[in-house]
Amino acid sequence: MSKSKHTLKLSGLEPLIVSEESNFVNIGERTNVTGSRKFLRLIKEELFDEALSVAREQVEGGAQIIDINMDEGMIDGKEAMVRFLNLIAAEPDIARVPVMIDSSKWEIIEAGLQCVQGKSVVNSISLKEGEENFIAQAKKIKRYGAAVIVMAFDEDGQADNYQRRIEICERSYRVLVDKVGFACEDIIFDPNIFPVATGMEEHNNNALDFFNATKWIRENLPGAHVSGGVSNVSFSFRGNNTVREAMHAAFLYHAIKNGMNMGIVNPSLLEIYDDVEPKLLERVEDVLLNRRDDATDRLLEFAETVKSGPGKKRVVDLSWRENSVKERLSYALVKGITDYIVEDTEECRLSYDRPIEVIEGPLMDGMNVVGDLFGSGKMFLPQVVKSARVMKKAVAYLLPFIEEEKGGKQEFAGKILMATVKGDVHDIGKNIVGVVLSCNNYEIIDLGVMVPFEKIIEEAQKQNVDIIGLSGLITPSLDEMVTMAKEMERAKLAIPLMIGGATTSRVHTAVKIDEHFTLDQAVHVLDASRSVTVVESLLGKKKEGFVNALKEEYSKVRLHHQNSRGKKKVLSIADARANKFEIDWKRHDIVKPSKMGLTEVSVTSKELLPYIDWTPFFRTWELHGKYPAILSDEVVGEEATNLFADATKMLGLIDSENWLNHKGVIGLFPANSIGDDIEIYDPGNKNKLLLTQRSLRQQGKKAKGLPNIALSDFIAPKENGVIDYLGAFVVTSGLGIEERISDYEKDHDDYNSIMLKALADRFAEAFAEYMHEQVRKNYWGYAKDEVLDNSELIKESYKGIRPAPGYPACPDHTEKIGLFELLNASKLTGVSLTDSLAMLPAASVSGWYFGHSKAKYFGLGKIGQDQVNDLADRKGEERDVMSRWLSPNIQ
Amino acid sequence: MRDIKSILKDRILLLDGAMGTMIQRYKLEEEDFRKGWFENHQQPLKGNNDLLSLTRPEIIREIHSEYFAAGADIAETNTFSGTTIAQADYNLEHAVYDINYHSAKIAREVADEFSANEPNKPRFVAGSIGPTNRTASISPDVNDPGFRGVTFEELKAAYRQQTEALMDGGVDLLLVETVFDTLNAKAALYAIDEVFDERNVKLPIMVSGTITDQSGRTLTGQTTDAFLISVSHMDLLSVGLNCALGASMMRPYLQVLNRNSNFGVSAHPNAGLPNEFGEYDETPELMAEQIKDFLEEGLVNIIGGCCGTTPEHIKAIAELSMSYSPREIVK
Repeated sequence: MSKSKHTLKLSGLEPLIVSEESNFVNIGERTNVTGSRKFLRLIKEELFDEALSVAREQVEGGAQIIDINMDEGMIDGKEAMVRFLNLIAAEPDIARVPVMIDSSKWEIIEAGLQCVQGKSVVNSISLKEGEENFIAQAKKIKRYGAAVIVMAFDEDGQADNYQRRIEICERSYRVLVDKVGFACEDIIFDPNIFPVATGMEEHNNNALDFFNATKWIRENLPGAHVSGGVSNVSFSFRGNNTVREAMHAAFLYHAIKNGMNMGIVNPSLLEIYDDVEPKLLERVEDVLLNRRDDATDRLLEFAETVKSGPGKKRVVDLSWRENSVKERLSYALVKGITDYIVEDTEECRLSYDRPIEVIEGPLMDGMNVVGDLFGSGKMFLPQVVKSARVMKKAVAYLLPFIEEEKGGKQEFAGKILMATVKGDVHDIGKNIVGVVLSCNNYEIIDLGVMVPFEKIIEEAQKQNVDIIGLSGLITPSLDEMVTMAKEMERAKLAIPLMIGGATTSRVHTAVKIDEHFTLDQAVHVLDASRSVTVVESLLGKKKEGFVNALKEEYSKVRLHHQNSRGKKKVLSIADARANKFEIDWKRHDIVKPSKMGLTEVSVTSKELLPYIDWTPFFRTWELHGKYPAILSDEVVGEEATNLFADATKMLGLIDSENWLNHKGVIGLFPANSIGDDIEIYDPGNKNKLLLTQRSLRQQGKKAKGLPNIALSDFIAPKENGVIDYLGAFVVTSGLGIEERISDYEKDHDDYNSIMLKALADRFAEAFAEYMHEQVRKNYWGYAKDEVLDNSELIKESYKGIRPAPGYPACPDHTEKIGLFELLNASKLTGVSLTDSLAMLPAASVSGWYFGHSKAKYFGLGKIGQDQVNDLADRKGEERDVMSRWLSPNIQ
Repeated sequence: MRDIKSILKDRILLLDGAMGTMIQRYKLEEEDFRKGWFENHQQPLKGNNDLLSLTRPEIIREIHSEYFAAGADIAETNTFSGTTIAQADYNLEHAVYDINYHSAKIAREVADEFSANEPNKPRFVAGSIGPTNRTASISPDVNDPGFRGVTFEELKAAYRQQTEALMDGGVDLLLVETVFDTLNAKAALYAIDEVFDERNVKLPIMVSGTITDQSGRTLTGQTTDAFLISVSHMDLLSVGLNCALGASMMRPYLQVLNRNSNFGVSAHPNAGLPNEFGEYDETPELMAEQIKDFLEEGLVNIIGGCCGTTPEHIKAIAELSMSYSPREIVK
């Protein structure tokens, strides 16, 4: 029988038990419009899908409760709260945790309580407006079956000293327990965390009063819990993350010691108490515990020396060079410094009997530190990749000595084969995973890109690897991965199969791959940072438990998928066509291109620079946030700034040494639509058909008044007798990159190799953006007077669209074949198409131009088999073949 | 008469079996559902079983008697669909008070007769409060997951009316059952608590959820323990499971309740799973055999039957349960 005494039990779809023995409960704070500008924007713009992914990321990131707040003057808080909670209820991976309904308005709280089936937490009520009001609200909360956060606030205001805190909390507790009959374990006090070191004397005791009040509450108010928003305490040090992290660590250490057992903490803005630099810790604790009169001044003074905000140049500190060689190696690994690695490795080698011991000893020790820091969110991906570079250089230096000695061989924790599947050329993600794993002492056998399954299986057997990791970015790669799973089964290759890459998903892995692979386990890995845990689980003693949990999870995913499949109905293609996007075609809306036919273009890197959208660049490195705000982000700002500095440095070389060759071709043609097809004519002879582009039409059931769109809707129908126009383009920034990449690889420099690929990708996108602008203003010229800055370009606030085959509006990759022929693109740009119709070099973009002002981006969504068959017939292609190409979109 | 809470400490209480299954035996026609009350109603009413408490009260009376005679301690009123929300399909919102009031009254009278004859085995009446045919946590429109077909306020108002009528008719306890959406159940509990407060009376409350498949979750996705936590803010007589699964498949989830519940634990499973004709054909003996496992493990305080069970099933379970002691309730 469970001991329920003083145990707070909450629930979403699953329970959350907070007992005396529980660890600190971490409350997610990103779904709060008052705390997150991004979330506020998403709610304001009604981008609820993205808002949901904020919630999902928090849950995946370990939040045990998510705090939801919609208190903002610009939005209808009640409506937003209800809508968001209702949407969460439809997302099992979010709804599994309890929610905290956070508002200063009672009507929003009550509306929220009416939406949640689980036991949630109300944040918050207080005696601010008197006892009667407090009782009425508490009674209702009890009836709704929620726990409650009580602020230390009464008719006279917020408690700002120890005495007031305990008086108000005690009074609130007695009213709740004695008059309302509220379960004492459902009461959570927030005794107000206020900033310290503000320079005002009356704030000096703020933290200490909180600690003491917390202790008093836990000792005198049986069952009650204590929570609070931790980042408040360091408010005076905004912009100085080093100090803030230290303050949070020390504050939590003391608060938890005194009984605080839940709270809103940004886990990434938190240093480990033991790791805080002793001098800093001393000064921080002087302030928190109000130990000396000059505590604030001393901390401020010290803060100046560790200032790490963006824009501040840090003086290179070489004092670490005075430490022992082992410490220097560890430091170089953690900090990613290659400058002295060879001399330090040599010095170390001389002091050991055998060179292999340098790897097994100090180098691995250093990498373990890196692995731990990364695993606990204290180091970010770019830093890890830099650490790997240091490690590789050290190992490369030692290898000849090891070989000379014979018999000495590095002991690895496991052998992992990595490959980008046949037909696909994208490998940044795969390379990053390889680096992260090699940092954790796994031996990586990287077969590169476009690797057919036969080769993967052959190598896996020959080299006796422990795990195979497959990567892919384009949708046809999904199918290739299914084939791979089937072939592994056939070859009786009983080792785990890891799946990763942009279009892969847990659902696809569970539904399509795992089912075909019974000999071992297929597992989807969301990003590089998870790969280590997954590999450790697959190779270690915990494998059985891990695999069983995964099997259960995947079978649930399959069941859910099966159930939801039946539910989502698509219209028949005939009905969808009847609900097409209608444009009132007027001759004056159509602008004849100033320059018809093909135009070859080449530009310099410098010209493209202003067109670069940096946000996806940071995402490649698993740093999440919008550029330029990301550079001053509380969590990743510092690392983003460093990464950006390195990127800028490389951009200089790319520009001055002409590393990248940007070539493109565009074409503008007369065109008309016939149903879902677009006929493209010879500019010189409008009766000569050059190509028929086949669009796909949305088939989802739409709300009233919303159309089922196909790209052909944006082109004037032939039957109207008005000639319309269409454009096409292929651009690449990847020419010439291979040589540089192989130089970097020879130098064991994954960091710069990944950097260059990521930059080339950005250049290709920038090139596409640049060309689109040129087309709008000059070549086609329908928007001659357009003036947009880069952020408006990124927001796509221009007229007309440039959808790319293989992407949401037109996921049919096979349309690229016609597009390339139409533009003679392979010859004119040097870009070729692989078996899966990926473009090679990878840093290339192709697509169509639609110029009508009503043309807009859309996602195709799920389509029916009827449309696929119809499309196959129109294209003269086998139905089976088209079904395979479009399988991710077929209902 | 002894208080049900104290009896619950001494022995396992028997809930009755299915009402619908028994009604089927009478082979009723449209006119049976109209007699004297809804003669001129514009819509077909056959199948709206709750109406029989008004139109053919003698049948309902007889069914309650059969169950009590078989050994049931608690009869459930014939009010599973007795809310304005469920009756809206028949345009019979106005009949809701009568349905509940008269259903409660019939069961009350039969229970009192049995209690008078067997004073050492008092009989109780539980007002049955069904889930309605709407769900507050799931959108009926797949294209708009944020939409809801019914609100908490609407549910609360409907449940309030049902609760008041059941109490007016004299029920001893309230049974919020077949909970597939905990939010619906919370609306019912909210309404009940409000009525209790206003009348200054507190009746024991039973809550019984439905685990819809072997994932161990309710229709709206909650695990059994999350469900338990979500209704534990009320002082309940028991939390249990009913319907959807047969007895043996229900067992793992009863174990969860047994481990974690500070209230009594109830179970009223179906007579197995429906066969290819949609009928429940598990025999009393077969069902009793599976329930024996519950009893041996000491999982339950209240046991009975849901779809497909009959007085014969209840009799078999009653005879079996006599030789077992109830689950210990530790507050």
